[in-house]
Amino acid sequence: MSLVEKQAIYEGTRIPQRVPTILDVPAELLASDDILQVNFGPNHPSTHGVLRLIVDLDGERVVGLGAVIGYLHTGFEKNMEQKTWWKAITYPERIDYVGYQNNELTFVLAIEKLLALEVPDKATWMRMLLCELNRIHSHLVYLGTSALELGAISMFWYTFREREMILDLSELVAGARMHTRYFQVGGLAEDIPSGFYPECRKFVDWMPQALDDYLGMLDRNQIWLERTKGIGLLSADDAIALGQSGPVLRASGVDWDLRRDDPYLAYDKVHFHVPVYEGGDVYDRYRVRMDEMAESVRIIHQCLDRLERMDGKPWIADDRKVVLPPREELHTSMESLIHHFKIVTEGYRVPEGEVYLAIESPRGESGCYVVSDGGPKPWRVHFRAPSFVALEATATCMNDTLIADMIAVVGSLDAVMGDTDR
Amino acid sequence: MNWADIPGFVGVREEHGETTVAVERERVRDAAQHLRDELGFNFLADVVATDYLNWGAKGVSGYIGTASGRDINMPTTQGYQVQPQPKPWRFSLSYHLLALREGAPRVRLQTWLEDGEAVPSVVSVWPTADWHEREQFDLMGLRFDGHPNPLRILMDDDWEGHPLRKDYPIGGEPVRFSDAE
Repeated sequence: MSLVEKQAIYEGTRIPQRVPTILDVPAELLASDDILQVNFGPNHPSTHGVLRLIVDLDGERVVGLGAVIGYLHTGFEKNMEQKTWWKAITYPERIDYVGYQNNELTFVLAIEKLLALEVPDKATWMRMLLCELNRIHSHLVYLGTSALELGAISMFWYTFREREMILDLSELVAGARMHTRYFQVGGLAEDIPSGFYPECRKFVDWMPQALDDYLGMLDRNQIWLERTKGIGLLSADDAIALGQSGPVLRASGVDWDLRRDDPYLAYDKVHFHVPVYEGGDVYDRYRVRMDEMAESVRIIHQCLDRLERMDGKPWIADDRKVVLPPREELHTSMESLIHHFKIVTEGYRVPEGEVYLAIESPRGESGCYVVSDGGPKPWRVHFRAPSFVALEATATCMNDTLIADMIAVVGSLDAVMGDTDR
Repeated sequence: MNWADIPGFVGVREEHGETTVAVERERVRDAAQHLRDELGFNFLADVVATDYLNWGAKGVSGYIGTASGRDINMPTTQGYQVQPQPKPWRFSLSYHLLALREGAPRVRLQTWLEDGEAVPSVVSVWPTADWHEREQFDLMGLRFDGHPNPLRILMDDDWEGHPLRKDYPIGGEPVRFSDAE
């Protein structure tokens, strides 16, 4: 089978000169009167939500492009200022609704950093396990929808089959399929239910086979290769200048992963490999995510090995000023009742200060900046949304591509509009 | 690292394991250039502004609360246990920088300003600042001098006010198509 030759990555920079995020139509084309302006979105099935692109076309060639966002702006950051710290934890999950577990972790870790709270080992390892499950979940959604948009409909059914297994695991742990709110400041909301480990083992034993299936369906598929190779090029320097992170950055040849280079949780205690590809095109972004799923499976195996030996260990810190007392104590201990009442009605107080905490979410650097005034509510919360930043690269990636490739490029940046617009 | 060489350097502090370098408002762009070229902070992660209006005001805890103190309908308005440090200016503007190298050093470049004052744009230093600065203009109302495309980004183009400011009411928006109309 003849495989498509890769187009070499460009020299110099392709970031548009006037505005880095807007591709301007060249003056000579503008004068020629052949330019057709097309409005793509915000309601279009392949925009992954409500992204609007204003595209200038010369025939089939994209010569001008501007992205318009904000259709899903919900004011999460403003709303969180009105909630007590522990009630605000539900919000970050809904910001990036596909990588929900990772986003929740960012916020919880930021609060814990302000509180200088120690988290028990069992909670740390379980958080890591769930974040990796969530990474697989997010990449499966990416893979299914991106392939669907390029016409590979069957991929969608396969990836959503495995996604369903992950949601079932979420349900088993937290009672909710998505947006679990299982991470609590100090640890986990509840102990890990019995029966979770064998079910999770079943899934991670199955997953490598599923990944092979996906590779079999896509990687030798001439149409898929032609639609993805050499499309949406982004060089390493441009990717860094545009603040790209995560799989997009790694597909451009930058060997950077916060899990390895700035470890949080217990990522320095597990073995995994950071996949890096040099091509900077849609195909390499797909390969990075495929490899990352395999690495996540490896990490989950290691987490399970540790967790299975931690039965009976505490899953949440024993700090009564912050953590709800155990339910059974409420009937026998007056102090516990008071603590419970104070935390539920008033919330706990977080020391004054500001922190910025970043983790490697499925989409890249997901950061959380919080300011506390010493009261029970956040003074300011801000999320560094990787999807927001990823869409800044559309103009650079779309330089000199065809209109049909636009779908592939937008899909490969893997932006979640909830995350973009917050 | 030698922070004192940064143009417009005001001070540096270490809190919660994070380094914050404060610079003068007018010299932000020069400071950014210095941080990128001399100190190697090639990655701008985030630009974020904070409004400190009524910071630490009596009886106010978080934002909801009354100026006179506790509001019985709002259980979280009991006030502070410790009065927070006063802030000299209304807005802080922070740039979270990262160097993509061994050890992943981070620094927060911070400047302080009053309402109506403008900050030099850093889009020419880090192109990614384009949307970040637009967002801070849109939601916080800060002006960036020299920004190539200073438009709103998340709110409607004809929106009035800047929602993340502390004097912007929550629930203050009229409900369209309600019965009362």
